[in-house]
Amino acid sequence: MASNEEILAGLAEIVNEETGLATEAVEMDKSFTEDLDIDSISMMTIVVNAEEKFGVRIPDEEVKNLKTVGDAVSFISNAQA
Amino acid sequence: MARKVVITGLGATTPIGGDVPTMWKNALKGVSGAHTLEDDWVAKYELPVHFAARASNAATEVLSRVEAKRMDPSTQFAVVASREAWADAGITEVDHDRLAVAFATGIGGVWTLLDAWDTLREKGPRRVLPMTVPMLMPNGPAAAVSLDLGARAGAHTPVSACASGTEAVHMGLDLIRSGKADVVVCGGAEAAIHPMPIAAFASMQALSRRNDDPEHASRPYDLGRDGFVMGEGAGALVLEAEEHALARGARIYAELAGTSVTADAYHITAPDPQGLGATRALKAAMFDGRIQPEDVVHVNAHATSTPVGDKPEYAALKAALGKQLDSVAVSATKSQMGHLLGASGAVEAVLTVMAIYDRKAPVTINLENQDPEIPLDVVTTARDLPSGSIAALSNSFGFGGHNAVIAVRSI
Repeated sequence: MASNEEILAGLAEIVNEETGLATEAVEMDKSFTEDLDIDSISMMTIVVNAEEKFGVRIPDEEVKNLKTVGDAVSFISNAQA
Repeated sequence: MARKVVITGLGATTPIGGDVPTMWKNALKGVSGAHTLEDDWVAKYELPVHFAARASNAATEVLSRVEAKRMDPSTQFAVVASREAWADAGITEVDHDRLAVAFATGIGGVWTLLDAWDTLREKGPRRVLPMTVPMLMPNGPAAAVSLDLGARAGAHTPVSACASGTEAVHMGLDLIRSGKADVVVCGGAEAAIHPMPIAAFASMQALSRRNDDPEHASRPYDLGRDGFVMGEGAGALVLEAEEHALARGARIYAELAGTSVTADAYHITAPDPQGLGATRALKAAMFDGRIQPEDVVHVNAHATSTPVGDKPEYAALKAALGKQLDSVAVSATKSQMGHLLGASGAVEAVLTVMAIYDRKAPVTINLENQDPEIPLDVVTTARDLPSGSIAALSNSFGFGGHNAVIAVRSI
């Protein structure tokens, strides 16, 4: 089971791989759409890659609730618990 | 009087050069882009053909990693070639609502499609990436070029197998002549060096089996020809209404004088043995461009190096050009770079424009014993073309009975 810091770091790597954004730009309070300019297709790619990396399932209906990076970190952390 | 259309920008990424200057230098020298494939899938699937002509330069030399991962390899090639053509044209200001794209492919995003199928079977539907559909769709290259250049007068994708690239140039001419656009980026892209298309083309006996000597496998017009060699890459041209090009003081390579497209309605894959459809296409392109047979000094032939394909093209050229054919320098450039399928017509259009502009016909390699039934004047060492007003033709023919011809005239 990963700590929140580890989940954030892993998520930042996935976002970097998909969008080219620097990993440091991926911070807990950043909005995926407003701050990181991630479109819906990229978001789904990030979700699928996060599922594989963290061994969790993120239901499609849950994705719209993941507005910030922090939301995603919390969801993954709870799902792993 | 129809609007005159000129060519002001050229781009290419091919097995004999990742840009136009390199490709042209090699095309005049005569090199082979065909090599043994090192991929493990050749042995894994026991493919009967072990070689192909890969693009000499990776698309990621031009595209960023993030750009590339959202594009099928065919689209990557299209964007690389169109960026070169656009930069070459030197257009700094354009009405984007009057800028169109006509970018063809023969097969489309076959790597993306089959990778996604593998993923589905091995890992399930959740792992099939959300970008799969926009990457595999055949209009992917046209859409990506439109997005890249901000072309809003329409993004079109003619699909006519190995005639696709030439048909895109034909469509580009129409778009400008009909007043729908002032500038068109046209071309073709293909990236199908994948085990499935190789197996499929081999199964229909279309591919050369010269596994022990790939560089000499593509040999149009030679008695030893035994099939084509798969190639990949893209070619792109910037077409411009003449008044638009003159107004900005553009460097003009040549005039795109005329084009045409016909259909054989004869057989789904075999060419009409008399070349009647090809003859009609040649005559129509010359008529469209107000070109007489005696104006024509050079032909970039379709000439894929298949035993059955090369002969009907000769019959068609003879019927269209008559005794002038004896004075025409014929180049079969697939001897060097293999057959780029839906991109071939676009790359050969670039070569034809360069031949007119540079007044040099590129080389046909591997012609050792010319088929006596095809008595063309084949260019085997680079040859100067005459001064004065000259014209050249480029032919493409595709499965489905598609014939497409463009006619290029010196300025």
